Amino acid sequence: MSLLEIKNLHANIHGNEILKGVDLTINAGEVHSIMGPNGSGKSTLAQVLARRETYTVTQGQVLLNGKDLLAMKPEEAACEGLFMAFQYPVEIPGISNAYFLRAALNAIRKYRGQEELDAMDFLPLLKEKMRLLEMDDRFLNRPVNEGFSGGEKKRNEIVQMAVLEPRMAILDETDSGLDIDALKIVAKGVNTMRGADRAILVVTHYQRLLDYIIPDYVHVLVDGRIVKSGGKELAFELEEKGYGWTEPASAAAR
Amino acid sequence: MATAATERLRNYLEAFHRLGIDAASQPAWLRALRDRGFARFCEAGFPTTKNEDWRFTNVNAIAQTPFQLARDARQLGAIYGDTLDACRIPGAACQLVFLNGRFAAELSELGSLPEGVRVESLAQGIAHDGKSLESHLGHYLNIERDAFAALNTAFIEDGAYVYLPRRTVLEAPIYFLFISIPTQHPEMTNPRNLIVAEDATEASIVEDYVSLGSGISFSNVVTELVAGENAVISHYLLEREDRQAFNVSTLRTQQGRSANVSSHSVLLGGGLVRNNVHPVLAGEGGECLINGLFIGNGSQHMDNYMLVEHASPHCSSRQFYNGILDGHSHGVFHGRIIVHKDAQKTDAKQTNRNLLLSDDAQIDTKPQLEIYADDVKCTHGATIGQVEENALFYLRSRGIDEASARSLLLLAFANECLDRMKCLPVREYLQDLVQGWLPGISTPAGDTTADNLEIARRWEEVG
Repeated sequence: MSLLEIKNLHANIHGNEILKGVDLTINAGEVHSIMGPNGSGKSTLAQVLARRETYTVTQGQVLLNGKDLLAMKPEEAACEGLFMAFQYPVEIPGISNAYFLRAALNAIRKYRGQEELDAMDFLPLLKEKMRLLEMDDRFLNRPVNEGFSGGEKKRNEIVQMAVLEPRMAILDETDSGLDIDALKIVAKGVNTMRGADRAILVVTHYQRLLDYIIPDYVHVLVDGRIVKSGGKELAFELEEKGYGWTEPASAAAR
Repeated sequence: MATAATERLRNYLEAFHRLGIDAASQPAWLRALRDRGFARFCEAGFPTTKNEDWRFTNVNAIAQTPFQLARDARQLGAIYGDTLDACRIPGAACQLVFLNGRFAAELSELGSLPEGVRVESLAQGIAHDGKSLESHLGHYLNIERDAFAALNTAFIEDGAYVYLPRRTVLEAPIYFLFISIPTQHPEMTNPRNLIVAEDATEASIVEDYVSLGSGISFSNVVTELVAGENAVISHYLLEREDRQAFNVSTLRTQQGRSANVSSHSVLLGGGLVRNNVHPVLAGEGGECLINGLFIGNGSQHMDNYMLVEHASPHCSSRQFYNGILDGHSHGVFHGRIIVHKDAQKTDAKQTNRNLLLSDDAQIDTKPQLEIYADDVKCTHGATIGQVEENALFYLRSRGIDEASARSLLLLAFANECLDRMKCLPVREYLQDLVQGWLPGISTPAGDTTADNLEIARRWEEVG
């Protein structure tokens, strides 16, 4: 069974249709990348999958591990194994990183009928994941994302992913604004998460990240539709020729 | 009208005479101080909303209630022993318990304090050390501008007294627990506290106001805090009385050269609460932090009136107040900063942030800067908003359900204030307390609403 199955997905925000019929199937063990120009609907797709309520789905179906994702609340989707690394992680002053993540992990464990972890069991786990992303221990007690640099915020997203161990992870432009060192650290973190039970969807504007997280499949999203799909070589082609190259296909699809 | 007012004052007059007889052993200077307080109170009467300092708070419910002086309830202490233990803050150097405003020795734990340190009841202090008290008590509080301060002064009888000799450093906090035990007849207490911290002292002092049982009571509190040169003193006020209680608290601090004083307030309980914080930065290089959190629900009214006086150069003051208001509650933040003519290089900052959780909750926030020096830096800012949707989605996307995510964000907002508290046992106690308090708020459950109505109804009767 596919981990994620998107069929003819249409979605709008405030009446503007952004997704105009997206079809995509992702199986466990695969890494997919969605690329596309600004405004093509990449982030909308990620947000709709994470169940952001500001978007309205007008048509289509999405199955997460065989269950109706579009009927789930954001927290239910998370508990069912979906994770989205935010393009713009939110700052939450007053709550420490460690407290927040333990609350999240325990919410998910509780949903799955597993025992909750106390602070003593949780801290070593968190520290291990933070080391993987080369984040200092002082980030444990700092308020969530507050005063973090852009790169620190993105690494913190991957720390969260590593702790929560989702089955379906979506990275929404995690590479934007990262320097090459931070990019490598993030990619290393993501790559250690690759596995037969898990699928990863990398949403990106640039091919650069795909040098480090090598996808099995690349899809090109233009104007709310996937207009081209292929292997990793498609990313290089896009890098060379630009998105303009895909447009005739887009026109043909209409 | 005049007759009604006279009628109301008669209560206080009778009480004043009774106290004169009961406390006949008070020294002449104290009786004179009390006379001045009573005269001023009679002259001024309770403030009305026409008074700019009271614009957002109507104290009619206090003015029209015929309060008696609270009876001596110390014999009840033993009965409540177990209940009391639940509210004590652990880890204190000493705990003084006051029942209906009077020191209850048998419920208190004096601990062992360093040589020369005095932590005792004000009445004991007056008996043992009248001379030093005379030189401080009533010397800082301005009874001219505040009728409640005058009323408290008129009824000085007991309270807490702290004396810290030069270079005393206390790591564990000094803890005062003030308990009101309401009866069918509305009663008032006028706790009067004096804290004298000599040069280079360090200490944390907690005042905690609670009710045992439900009913109308009025705590009219004044604390004078004198901090000598280089003293580092933290003062904590915790208000968690019954929802029918009235509480007016005034903290007046006098800071010497390079003294560093923090005032932390956490208002959770009480029906009508007025929290006055009035530091005077009287010596060069002083610093003060005024930090507060108020959480209102039902028909609670919580008014925070800050008056920061910069009277010397090179002083800095920081005000941070966060409010969380639900139900029909009404919050007020009035932050007044006065920079006197000679207070050059003043650095004053004021921030008030508020979350409104219901359509009927209300906040009035008002900065008021009066600057008579020309080389100063003063900033102020206020925000009013709801729980941020972005943050809510972020938490939910990590698996935390909506209700828990909301509570977590409220806790985060509260923690901004609690995190500024340096005294660890107090901070941890307050964090637990606030965390337990928050779920009662922002839940639109039927029970809470019924409770609110019940309280609102009782309020009608009071008014």
